[in-house]
Amino acid sequence: MKTVVKQEMLALNGDEAVAYAAKQPDVDVVAAYPVTPQTIIVEKFSEYVANGEVETEFVCTESEHSAMTACLTASVTGARTFTATSAPGLALMHEMLFVTSGCRAPVVMAVANRALSAPLNIHCDHSDTMAERDSGWIQLYAENAQEAYDLIIQGFKIAESQEVLLPVMVGLDGFTLTHTLENVQVLSDEVVRKFVGSHQIPKVVTHEGKIVPFKLDPDNPMSMGPIALPNYYFEFKRQQEEAMRNALKRISQVNEEFEVISGRRYGNGLLELYQVEDADVAIVCLGSTTGTVRTVVDELREEGVKAGVLKIRAFRPLPVEGIVEALKKVKAVAVMDRSMSFGGGGGAVFHEVRHALYDLTPHPNVVNYIYGLGGRDTSPTQIRQIFEDLQRMIQAKRVGELVRYVGLRG
Amino acid sequence: MFSEWKFTTKDIAEKPDLFLSGHRACAGCGPATVLRLIMKATRGPTIVTNATGCMEVVSSIYPYTSWATPWVHTAFENAAANASGIEAALKIMRKKGKIKQEQVDVIAFAGDGGTYDIGIQALSGAVERGHDFLFVLYDNEAYMNTGIQRSGGTPLGASTTTSPAGTVIPGKLEHKKPIADIMVAHDMPYVATASPYYWRDLLVKVRRGIEVNGPAFLHVFAPCPRGWRSDPAKSIELSRLAVETCIFPLWEAVNGEYQLSTPSKVMALSPQKKKPAKEYLEVQGRFRHLFTPKYEKMLAEIQRITDERWNRLLKRCGMVQPAKTA
Repeated sequence: MKTVVKQEMLALNGDEAVAYAAKQPDVDVVAAYPVTPQTIIVEKFSEYVANGEVETEFVCTESEHSAMTACLTASVTGARTFTATSAPGLALMHEMLFVTSGCRAPVVMAVANRALSAPLNIHCDHSDTMAERDSGWIQLYAENAQEAYDLIIQGFKIAESQEVLLPVMVGLDGFTLTHTLENVQVLSDEVVRKFVGSHQIPKVVTHEGKIVPFKLDPDNPMSMGPIALPNYYFEFKRQQEEAMRNALKRISQVNEEFEVISGRRYGNGLLELYQVEDADVAIVCLGSTTGTVRTVVDELREEGVKAGVLKIRAFRPLPVEGIVEALKKVKAVAVMDRSMSFGGGGGAVFHEVRHALYDLTPHPNVVNYIYGLGGRDTSPTQIRQIFEDLQRMIQAKRVGELVRYVGLRG
Repeated sequence: MFSEWKFTTKDIAEKPDLFLSGHRACAGCGPATVLRLIMKATRGPTIVTNATGCMEVVSSIYPYTSWATPWVHTAFENAAANASGIEAALKIMRKKGKIKQEQVDVIAFAGDGGTYDIGIQALSGAVERGHDFLFVLYDNEAYMNTGIQRSGGTPLGASTTTSPAGTVIPGKLEHKKPIADIMVAHDMPYVATASPYYWRDLLVKVRRGIEVNGPAFLHVFAPCPRGWRSDPAKSIELSRLAVETCIFPLWEAVNGEYQLSTPSKVMALSPQKKKPAKEYLEVQGRFRHLFTPKYEKMLAEIQRITDERWNRLLKRCGMVQPAKTA
């Protein structure tokens, strides 16, 4: 593991890191609409365009619905496309997220994670992206500004892989990451361009047996986004699932390939394990909270507590086997959710992790902690309390409340 | 500003179709006729995008297609955003040498629902941004694809499934939104109205809309026998009657300057040729209830609003307002 190319250290916040990453791999079209806390991304990108630093057509749309639409149609015209949004914008895109993945358009999007109204709140939680977990998009979550930068670059390579051809959304925690200055190692434009490669248009076979590019090409007219009735629709959807399975492998490969040029790797690309191997108690989480949990794990380890943290980097596709493998020897697990599934008995991450562990005998005791909604801070002390809860659970041989709330009044 | 495009009927008949037969449109479908004609006026490589609606559904049932040109549909409310993305991609890829065609035109088709109502935001935004594309509204005056529900383009008094003529309400109570005037107010370079009966006029306007730099908007009258409860054999006749009654006048606004097109100019110069609205209304089942004593006031109101709008248009076109209306 050695850095093979020279990198520059810049002081960037998460949004700036994302914009910087998006300007490097020869993106053809960016269509976006500003929304807090994503605004810095579109502002920075506009500056790049205004100063001639990128050869990109920037379409400042009148809504996020149109932004996603324009990215989709630019993509099927053969362009490499990027956009960015946040909670209300993502919700407005909802319809088009499904159309984009259904059209197999490899659009890359940064989502500054933010709470959904009402009440209005601009701060971080994961309600926005969790509500889109079934939209057919690959979902990757960044822990810090560096990872946000790295994930955007990796995102293009994953999305455009011929065996994948799915859009990718990269979540970064609103304000905690988007607006906080960090040291970020950036690669040169040349290295990034070479790594991502030129935009390869997949080839498809027509009914006449001709091999043509899968795009809107006047030389090879093709109808895209047609109506498919009950006799065909189902197969389209099954193919998307196949692509998701392929993405599991591809995300890992890209993680390895990225290490070669940058010296940075994130677990196996799908999951990142920290002190989980021999852990009795573990926390499963995603996003910026992982950093806090890591610190607490270090403290606890010094105190002789076998604590660990499993970071989910890829929530879609979900690396079920990896989760089982990582947690099979852990006695008690706390899954942290920064969003709610009202009436569902726990958050989305909890449901999925607990479901993944169902086939294990014996399986670890798994409880859910809902935390940080609307940007509420989660402190190391609170994380420590979660670990203490888990230890008590093991001692008492009793699970107790399945769903718990962190730092909630009353 | 525009090229002198000369064509004979034979030229048009012989030009290969880009909107092919075999689609599933109903007998007498106005929009299908309109689309076929419009695609005869293209000047070269053209990418078409469609809003969800009748024309999208009848032309693209997987694995078949009626489109012999690149075509894409994504959703209902975003035909103009579709066009924005395509145009932006073509522009930058041409600049970077990623596509070889010197010129690829973009046409967006949407019905009245996808234009007046759910599609107006995307349309207004795309026009404000100045994308170079032609937006065609094929106006059959209701949500026909979903079963004849009223839209902002449904005319006053028409009975639809969501503005039914009942015992106390005489069909739709609201006026048809003046969509083409709204588009002119965007200060866009080219706006026109057209009717398939005057097909040469329609073709010339399509070509102008394509040629103009920047966005163009074409509002095309497109009868729907199913929704209008009219004889499928009379769709083209209705397209003429709408113009002759001045219910659907033909005009174009180049850089905001209104000008009547010949078929409507004839009505302006010889007001006696202007037919009463009744002649257009009485051949359509959707207005049947107006021909009962109970709702005859609505009939008079339709004539009044027709005259008012016609006179306003004459003023805009700098034509002398006729002293007496029909």
